Amino acid sequence: MKIGAPTEIMPGEARVAMTPDSARQIIKLGHECLVQSGAGAKAGFDDDAYREAGVEVVKDADALWKGADIVVKVREPSEDEAKKLRSGQTLISLFWPAQNEDLVKLCEAQGATVIAMDMVPRISRAQKMDALSSMANIAGYRAVIEAGANFGRFFTGQVTAAGKVPPAKVMVIGAGVAGLAAIGTATSLGAIVRAFDVRPEVAEQIESMGAEFLMLDFSDDMSGEGGYAKPASKEFIEKEMELFRQQAPEVDIVITTALIPGRPAPKLWPEEMVKLMKPGSVIVDLAAEKGGNCDLTVPDEKIVTDNGVTIVGYTDFPSRMATQSSTLYSTNIRHMLTDLTPNKDGEIVHNMDDDVIRGVTVTRDGHLTFPPPPPKQQAIAQQPPKEKPREPTQAERYAAELEAFRKDTRAQVTLLAAGGALMLLLGAIAPASFLQHFIVFVLACFVGFQVIWGVSHSLHTPLMAVTNAISGIIILGAILQIGSGNWVVVTLAAISVLIATINIVGGFVVTRRMLAMFQKS
Amino acid sequence: MLAEGFVTSAAIAASVLFVLSLGGLSNQEKAKRAVWYGIVGMAIAVVFTASGPGIGAYWLMLPMIAIGSVIGWVVAKRVHMTEMPQLVAALHSFVGLAAVFVAWNADLERIRVLAAEGAEAADFSAFAALVATKDQAELTFLQLEIIFAIFIGAVTFTGSVVAFGKLAGKLDGKAWQLPGGHMLNAASAALCLVLAIAYLSGAGFWTLLVLAALAFFIGWHLITGIGGADMPVVVSMLNSYSGWAAAAIGFTLSNDLLIVTGALVGSSGAILSYIMCKAMNRKFINVILGGFGNEKSQAADIEGEQTAIEADGVAAMLDEADSVVIVPGYGMAVAQAQQAVSELTRKLRAKGKAVRFAIHPVAGRLPGHMNVLLAEAKVPYDIVLEMDEINDDFPDTDVAIVIGSNDIVNPAAQDDPGSPIAGMPVLEVWKAKNVVVLKRGQGAGYSGIENPLFFKENTHMLYGDAKGSIDKLVALVE
Repeated sequence: MKIGAPTEIMPGEARVAMTPDSARQIIKLGHECLVQSGAGAKAGFDDDAYREAGVEVVKDADALWKGADIVVKVREPSEDEAKKLRSGQTLISLFWPAQNEDLVKLCEAQGATVIAMDMVPRISRAQKMDALSSMANIAGYRAVIEAGANFGRFFTGQVTAAGKVPPAKVMVIGAGVAGLAAIGTATSLGAIVRAFDVRPEVAEQIESMGAEFLMLDFSDDMSGEGGYAKPASKEFIEKEMELFRQQAPEVDIVITTALIPGRPAPKLWPEEMVKLMKPGSVIVDLAAEKGGNCDLTVPDEKIVTDNGVTIVGYTDFPSRMATQSSTLYSTNIRHMLTDLTPNKDGEIVHNMDDDVIRGVTVTRDGHLTFPPPPPKQQAIAQQPPKEKPREPTQAERYAAELEAFRKDTRAQVTLLAAGGALMLLLGAIAPASFLQHFIVFVLACFVGFQVIWGVSHSLHTPLMAVTNAISGIIILGAILQIGSGNWVVVTLAAISVLIATINIVGGFVVTRRMLAMFQKS
Repeated sequence: MLAEGFVTSAAIAASVLFVLSLGGLSNQEKAKRAVWYGIVGMAIAVVFTASGPGIGAYWLMLPMIAIGSVIGWVVAKRVHMTEMPQLVAALHSFVGLAAVFVAWNADLERIRVLAAEGAEAADFSAFAALVATKDQAELTFLQLEIIFAIFIGAVTFTGSVVAFGKLAGKLDGKAWQLPGGHMLNAASAALCLVLAIAYLSGAGFWTLLVLAALAFFIGWHLITGIGGADMPVVVSMLNSYSGWAAAAIGFTLSNDLLIVTGALVGSSGAILSYIMCKAMNRKFINVILGGFGNEKSQAADIEGEQTAIEADGVAAMLDEADSVVIVPGYGMAVAQAQQAVSELTRKLRAKGKAVRFAIHPVAGRLPGHMNVLLAEAKVPYDIVLEMDEINDDFPDTDVAIVIGSNDIVNPAAQDDPGSPIAGMPVLEVWKAKNVVVLKRGQGAGYSGIENPLFFKENTHMLYGDAKGSIDKLVALVE
């Protein structure tokens, strides 16, 4: 099969769907490659590079559309381009079939097969073809770079001889692929990053990228199908706005990435928030193409508001890094072709039983196959919402500590009072000599308790052996009695001396043996 | 012959040395010096007391001390480290018996002194002379103290003998009681109370003999009723009792050194028992009243199969692993496998793998038992860690090797509220990527509780004698 990549005709689009590198890999699959002259120029790939890779360079678009069996593109085709499609030809590109119904009908009428790269289902196996993720990754990175270019300060905090610079505070709204990429970029530049998302389960991902997750105290599960968020309830939005109102005066840079599939972008950053922000702050609205998350966003333009806040509404972030995004996108395309050419013999096998291929196919040989049935495999395993333990406030913690202290005190006082009463009772009947010994006994118990707590766990056996040896002190009792005039007493005392000695000597010797064995590495 | 003042000041010195000796056990290096404090303290106490006023019969005392020293020395030198629990239990029984004897003697002397009223006080030996100075109230207290000393001493004696028998394998390790169970103990204790009252009202020496016999019975019956798995608690409890017995004798003889030392030992044993009980998440009273291990388990049934593995499989697993944690239990002591384990550790460490040991507080049959065995086999103590220090590291561990332990790695303690050990803190080995369990055969362990760990997917069972299995592994790990 001949695979051809035309020059993108959409104004400002610099990307190309095939690079010399991806072409080499495609040729290995048994295909031939065509490219329109100058198609890769804006992305930094000239015709010679393609020729070197074994790609045939054709001079204009007509020749390419005629010559190729499969046309690979970045943007959806224009009407003119769609009319060039012929029966039996395949088009692979980003297509947005749900939003472009007329275009789908046109392609269907032309009898062509259309594969939409934006329809790749979100399952692990298909990640290598997920063009939206690879483009979102670039957009997230670029958003931070654009913000930095329009922001008058450092990202990182510095203490220099010329004074102290505070770090920039960045807030990222929406922790999808773009949001996470933005978080990663901003943290590695040294900014303090906070992130918000309506799905509580992304908290871990956010924290793993080094940002602080702004938790909303709300129990709705906002996770929609396929790892995207779903629209929020009114109460939820109120809570959310409250949180943003707190953050707006503090943060220097806001990057919004919130999108809900098939709907206009949610308005998360109304004019009121913009007014709360400091002059010199920057908003980068990655959702500008779908109407923007910010009220004041003008798509494709950078504006400065009356209070000095810059709002960047570019919609072509990936295209602004055409070399990088072309490389990634063409690799996504190449993986798609690999799946379509299972035998690596240059023959396309359009297996409609395959979840991924079924999902991306919009029309097949002039028949509408959109929308696809839901994939057999679950996109992302539904996670049960995690109970986040609530951090107790300062006051609560203080109160809890006080309560514990009071309880402790009460218990101790009760114990002491009871013990004291018992002592008084004992003192009433016991002779003075007994009480003197009793004082010694009680103090020794206390000393024992204090001392033994410090013994390390690994030395518990030696401790037992030592206490064993020491408890042989009972020999003193026998010694005091052995001089008696009664032969029974003498005999019993003698036996006691004997076994107590065994105890003492045995206990100490075995302890010494054990302790000698302990050694450091 | 030294004056009384000298003997007392020697007693003060000895008490201080004993406190230092116990306090010095806070770490391995200081401990070596601390033992010497204890030895010196004991020597001072014995020498000064023996050369005090009113001591006689040296012709009998010195040979007895000599013979006792030789026996003690020989036994302590010969005993294997794996037999440490038995030795400790046996030594406790001696203290208990000596306490009973000394208390009996005290009463005999009391009777003799009372009978010889009016005779010359100079005829009496040290203790009798002291008794002769006591007034009526003090003599009543003396009798009370004698009762306490006999009771505690006797319980300690038979209890320790039973514990020794169980630990040495001479008695069945299972919990066992006469029909009537704890009612018998309670009845005996009540009878003891009656006898004590009779004795205080002047019933004569025979009451003390019967009292001792009943206390012997209680000690024996109480400990036979406790299963082998609870032995760490029992041994430390008996350790505590032997201390209290010594303290009671101290009161009887009005000897502060005995009181102080007895109190130190008693509180030490009490704390150890407390720590052990806490480690098993059980109430002390619940352990003592026993019955554990014989109950029919109402735990959830376990589904699945145990996956067997051969030594070469384990060797391959170890070869790929970076971090290994070894969890030893009583099975390692039984199989005498500590040397082989040490050899395996040395080889794995030489290959640059991080090898560590995880010790559960109740692993083995004595507090700290595993530490001593590993130290004997020259495993450096700084890679031997406690449960709290290592439990969080299991998810990052490649291979966890469980050698002859069961309950202390039982996930049912956390997952299954119906399990008899529910709530007991356990080593979370199942979180490691692979778990290898060395075990003699299928079936439940010492305590009779099924272990779901053995049925987990990442668990591999290496059946056979622990020492044999590890020797094979050592040969395969090159």
